[in-house]
This record gives sequence, structure tokens and C-alpha cells, in this order.
Amino acid sequence: MKMLINVPERVVADALRGMADAHPELVVDAENRVIVRRDAPVAGKVGLVSGGGSGHEPLHGGFVGPGMLDAACPGEVFTSPVPDQMVRAAAAVDSGAGVLFIVKNYTGDVLNFDMATELAADEGIEVARVLVQDDVAVTDSLHTAGRRGTGGTLFVEKMAGAAAEEGAPLARVAEIAQRVADSSRSFGVALAAPTTPAKGSPTFDLPPGELELGIGIHGEPGRERRRIMTSGEFADYALDVLLDDLRPDAPLLLLVNGMGGTPLLELYGLNAEVRRVLRERRIAVARTLVGNYVTSLDMAGASVTLCQVDEELLRLWDAPVSTPGLRWGR
Amino acid sequence: MAHRDAGFVRRWLTEAARAVERDADRLTELDSAIGDADHGNNMRRGALAVVAALEKEPRTTPGAVLLLAGRTLVSTVGGASGPLYGTLLRRAGKALGDAERVADTELRDALRGGADAVAQLGGAAPGDKTMLDAVRPAVEALPDYAAAGAAAARGAADTVPLRARKGRASYLGERSVGHMDPGAASAALLFGALARVAAAEAAAGGVSDG
Repeated sequence: MKMLINVPERVVADALRGMADAHPELVVDAENRVIVRRDAPVAGKVGLVSGGGSGHEPLHGGFVGPGMLDAACPGEVFTSPVPDQMVRAAAAVDSGAGVLFIVKNYTGDVLNFDMATELAADEGIEVARVLVQDDVAVTDSLHTAGRRGTGGTLFVEKMAGAAAEEGAPLARVAEIAQRVADSSRSFGVALAAPTTPAKGSPTFDLPPGELELGIGIHGEPGRERRRIMTSGEFADYALDVLLDDLRPDAPLLLLVNGMGGTPLLELYGLNAEVRRVLRERRIAVARTLVGNYVTSLDMAGASVTLCQVDEELLRLWDAPVSTPGLRWGR
Repeated sequence: MAHRDAGFVRRWLTEAARAVERDADRLTELDSAIGDADHGNNMRRGALAVVAALEKEPRTTPGAVLLLAGRTLVSTVGGASGPLYGTLLRRAGKALGDAERVADTELRDALRGGADAVAQLGGAAPGDKTMLDAVRPAVEALPDYAAAGAAAARGAADTVPLRARKGRASYLGERSVGHMDPGAASAALLFGALARVAAAEAAAGGVSDG
């Protein structure tokens, strides 16, 4: 598989250098692997920190800026960052109002953020934590690591970020983050497996004419393999699963998310099919976002995330945001 | 009863690092089947960092060597492996305190405590298809080092028919059956290295009586 890189070992470091050059409004510490908004810590404001493996860009580093995250910690490709990064980020953004860690539910992320939470407390930083586990493809039972955090993470970071920007205290920001996390559901499909720089070949084998339903964002295979579907067939399938789990009684935010290797032309086509299904079921959509936001390197495929919102959450969604990956309203 | 000093633990971890370097591609291949294809790389990065740290900051007790190695793994590996392997070594190091020489049974007890801490942190039970399926039998075979190395290898091989209940492989459910757990495979490398270093020391007559 061809890649436009220097050497696999330096992929993350090189990307961080490039990010620093492109975004003078961010402080990108390529050595310690922390991305911080330049005006941090913002006086009186709760600091929002997230992080995870690299390869999901723009998540999380591309969501650092006013109205969203204060800092992000990129790990190696598909590998959780280490506690040192998280503590450094927390210290950089803590104004004394405390810090919220937004954690996607993966064993590695949870373990490292837990260690960081203890270490940050030792340094006198008050830390709250919210766990995002929106992927309905994983059966949440004692026999799994629980549902994965995927597209819903964008909703959590945006709305909790808006609440923090308005000056809400830590407990309130954490409550909003949790409410968004609890109201979000995702389901994804892959048409081709991603290729990690280290491995140099696709992480799983997906023959022509087949797709993988219920994939995550780390190149892990999904829950079921099928003959290729049309976008309409996939929308029917995905919304069956999603709505069965969410059972919404309020308007939805809709994210039709590309995995990195699928053109916007296809994503907008999928969005049309998703809206068709929702119309058929008489479910209102308040806002829609279509694009590559929570990606998996060059994986071809898409995910659909729904988030049920009340008026307050909708207002927080509409609030101004200014980050490399998401920007509106100012 | 043999006693072990800081040099023994350093040689063990250096030999383990060499084994990880040699088998990194195999670990990644195993992780590719049921995980996310990075275990070999992550462990290699951690192993190199441990070797560098032990050279840069010489430690004079077995406990201090294990503590430094564990802390280095937590700070460099990431993923689940960093905290889990880091906890195994740190907890063992803490238990050994600042004794300059420790009995084989003390080393075993310390590693058993480390394995308990890993189980607590990751919430894994025996048969969940994790590194503990290799670590537990190895620790129980100590202080017979050769038996510990063999038990770890057997424990790793025995994960093949298991269904994963922890970590990323658990997402696959039944599809995780038929593959060796990458974490158990790397744990077998760790205890294989321990067996080799102990055998080399015995052959050299370097084991002191206590």
C-alpha cells in the first residue's frame, strides 16, 4: 500500500509539525504530544481535554479551539496516549476551574486516562471524566469491553465545549457531556480495511463485493460480513439498529461521517437515504453534519450517529466554534 | 535457595526486550487478526525505552530496576499494554522494596502481586483470553524458571480456542476464537526471557547461595 510519508515511526510527529505550521492559533508541542489552544488557560473556564490514538483526524486535535476542546493528546496510530501527556494537557488548561477528560470507551484509553486522573489529582487539579460509548454494534455485556466511543464523541466535545465557553462550572459541564454521551448512538460500515503505517497492509481482509457491518474506528473487523449493499439498503439497516436502541422522542442531530476513504459524493448520497428513512418513521432532524470527522486512516466506509437533543443542547450545538475541524458562528 | 540482584533483573529485562524486538512482527500479525495491528510496535517502543532507561539511570536493587522499567512502559507504550505491563512490573518492584538481593520465592511473590494488580486494573479473569492467561501459570511455576517459561508459552498457546472477553478483541465475539491472544504471546516472551537468563546464570555458576 502506498503512503505519502517519510518513515512509519515518524508519522505522528511529522503530522504534528505540519499542524503547528498550519495553525498558529494552537500551541502544538510535538515533543510531548500535546495540542493546546493558544489562549489557555482561559480565566475561570473549565478546561476540556480529550485524546486517543492518532489516525482519526480531525478528531481530537482538529477540535481544539474556542467553543470546543482546550487541549488534545494524540497517541501513536490507533494507540491510546500515555498518562504523562494527559497530565501535561490538564496542567496547561486548568485555570483553577477544573478539567473534564472526555474519554472514548476503549480499554487502553480508559486505563491511561484513569492513571492520569490520579496523577492530576496529586498535582491539585480537579478532574471529572466522561466516557463516550455510543457504538451500538458492540453488545454491551460482561463478555465485551463494552460499547466503543465513536462518532458521538464529536457531539460531546462540541456541546460540552460550548457549555464550558459560556462559563458553566465543572459539575455542570460534566453533566452536559454525560447527557450528550447518553443520547448518542452510532453504527458504521467498512468497504475496505484501513492500512496502518506500521503494518503497511490492510488490517483485515475484505474481499471485493463484500462489506463489513458494525465496524469500529481502529481497523478491527465488525460484527457481520455481507454482500455489498446500496446506500439505501445500508441506511435501512443502520437506522433499524440505531432507532431500536435509542428510541428517540425528541429531534435529532445527525452526523453522516466518512471513515477517511469515502468521497463526500457518496456521503451526501448516504445522507439522503438516512433522511428518507427518518422521514418514513416521522422522526425530525434538527441539524445535520456530513463529512470526514471521526476517521479511521484510509478506511473506506461511513458511520451514522444520532443524538437526541432538547432545546438547551441544540443551543449549545449552534453556539460559535472555531477549530481547525469545525468552525461556525463567529 | 538462590538470590537475585539488580544485575539479574536488568539482564532479564534486556533479554525480554531483545525477544520483543525479534518477534515484534509476529505480535503485530497476531494483533492484526483480532485487534488493531499495533501490539508488536507498541511493545518494541516500550522495550527500547526500558533498555535506554536502564542504561541511563542505573539502579542498584531488583525492586528499583522493576520500578523504573514499569514506569518507563507506562510513559512510552500507551494503549492497554502500557498500563498493564507497567503495573505488573511496578507493583512487583514496589513489593521488593530496597533489598539489594531477593530470594527466588520473594521474586515470585512480588510478580504474583503484580499479576493481581493487573487483574484488578483490567478486570480480567482466567480464560478471558488476555496476557494473564500466560502470566498466571508462569508465576505459579516459579521459582522453577524453566517451568515458568514453558508454562507461559503453553498458556499463550491455550488462548487460541478461547473467546475474548476483554479489550478490543472482545468486540469480535465468536470471531476471536482460533487466534492466539497477542498479549499472552508477549507475556510468554517476557517469561521465556526470564527462563533463559536464569539458565545462563546457573550455567555460569553465578547463583549465590542464601
